[in-house]
Amino acid sequence: MEDDPLETVRRTAQLARLEISQEEADRLAPQFARILEAFRSLESLPDSALGPGSPRETALSAPRADEPRPPLGAEEVLRPAPERVEDYFSVPKTLPTPGTEPGSPGR
Amino acid sequence: MKETSRPDATELGAQLRSGERSVVETVQACLAAIDSRDGELRAFAHLERERALARAASLDESRRSGAPLGPLFGVPVALKSNLCWEGAVTDCGSRILAGYRAPYTATCVQRLLDAGAVPLGTTHMDEFAMGSSGENSAYACSKNPWDPTRTAGGSSSGSAVAVAAGFVPLALGSDTGGSVRQPASHTGTVGFKPTYGRVSRYGLVAFGSSLDQVSPLASSVRDIELTLEVLAGPDPLDATSSPGRFERERDFSLEGVRIGRPREYFPEDLDGEIRARIESGLQGLVELGAEIVELSLPHTEVAIPTYYVVATAEASSNLARFDGVRYGQRTPGDGSLVGMYRATRQAGFGDEVKRRILLGTYVLSSGYYDAWYGRASKVRELLRRDFDRAFEEVDLVCGPTSASAAFPLGEKADDPVSMYLSDLLTVPASLAGLPAVSLPAGLVNGGGSALPVGLQLTGPRGEDARVLAAARLLEESLPLPGSPPHGEVRP
Repeated sequence: MEDDPLETVRRTAQLARLEISQEEADRLAPQFARILEAFRSLESLPDSALGPGSPRETALSAPRADEPRPPLGAEEVLRPAPERVEDYFSVPKTLPTPGTEPGSPGR
Repeated sequence: MKETSRPDATELGAQLRSGERSVVETVQACLAAIDSRDGELRAFAHLERERALARAASLDESRRSGAPLGPLFGVPVALKSNLCWEGAVTDCGSRILAGYRAPYTATCVQRLLDAGAVPLGTTHMDEFAMGSSGENSAYACSKNPWDPTRTAGGSSSGSAVAVAAGFVPLALGSDTGGSVRQPASHTGTVGFKPTYGRVSRYGLVAFGSSLDQVSPLASSVRDIELTLEVLAGPDPLDATSSPGRFERERDFSLEGVRIGRPREYFPEDLDGEIRARIESGLQGLVELGAEIVELSLPHTEVAIPTYYVVATAEASSNLARFDGVRYGQRTPGDGSLVGMYRATRQAGFGDEVKRRILLGTYVLSSGYYDAWYGRASKVRELLRRDFDRAFEEVDLVCGPTSASAAFPLGEKADDPVSMYLSDLLTVPASLAGLPAVSLPAGLVNGGGSALPVGLQLTGPRGEDARVLAAARLLEESLPLPGSPPHGEVRP
């Protein structure tokens, strides 16, 4: 972990697309450092004791037939959306266009 | 199955199929018990009262008409609120999914419905199944019916309380690192995590995809077997579901069965009363013909960091989908797309979920991946090999489900490391994908309250039937936990 836990929390929150208030960062940083410190026991095992680490198949699974099936209807899928425009999910514009404000609903 | 004051699902189902009691009156009695006690205990998050009564009336009618009746005909059930049931609130205990109604039904729920069960509603849980006490719900914390000042365990807290309090004989939860076995231990119920892949995960809101398993809670082992016969089997909608069905071993005997007693599961500082209850359970196995074999699972001590690195990495990826676009709540933020994502997640997630997303993002991030996630994946393989070697010597492994009985609410709420450590004895089977059951092993004294503790039996991958058959035989010789003082006796 980097020397400054506060900076680590801020940088990681940026990666995770989490807005973190100063108060939250101040609270989370020491917890985060303590959790990672407690997990240092993973380092106690010598490299020579570790295998390749490729995930072994834990399920008793088998391939299925690749058969088409009817999907959920558009209305069912769109019903829980916080915002929609006709048959589309609506999100803020990512690119400004002349005459509109960034952040106005787009498709 | 021993005689108790409460009919289990097996007995209740027989009464319902014979017409000795109607489904409507049974569902009404359950709803009355919930109305009477759940204001304090907070098992149910969302009751589907009218829907349950309508279904009950329809089932009564189908019995009168002579239609074939399913193995769970008329049995009231509770569903953890991370299991999709079309039209019901599936909010995962999170603000970000406030009011979200599932547009489809999970395979496990559909199979319960096809078997004739009657879901009454969805239950409280730690947000996105992240917690060991139920305290991380955005809505309400379920209380332990043995002592409402104590946690019911987690994350399937509401489902465990619904069974322990006598509201329903059967509930579904999900177990990622012990989220059904640990609350079962704390509430005097039976909780079973099947082999990874045994039950379809389609419609279970994902937390740690290589670990999650839909898992039942009940008041008897035979009810778990009955439920697994309904739930297990391949599902084309879950590529990790296993092809075989589950069939209980009715003629199983413990004669000559070798039971491993891992020394790491009985540390020197293990509570004396818990040790005594588990040793009594081991003695019960011996009296039934089993042989106890001391053994070692040497990597148990690194199971917690391994689990929390792997599970949070998977969670950080799975929870990326909650961004305010397709479902749930949206917070506009600064008006930009990324600003909306960030503000939505800030407003929608609670502290523990944020902690785990941060931890998972960190261990997967450039420069840290090899040291954390890569290393934990390799250590996970060592934990699996521990069990492989153990099962060359023994048939099953036995120990406590949890090193403590139910702890007071708030005791660990501000100490995440302490809370994580409470999963020490359940995460090894999760990491190895093994079947494991927790069954009540008796009561201990906890601050003046009688509190149940659980005994855990773990078996080799795919040997779910053997684990449950052994548990069923042992159940007969263990002291009954009885009814909790703050529950209801099912009519």
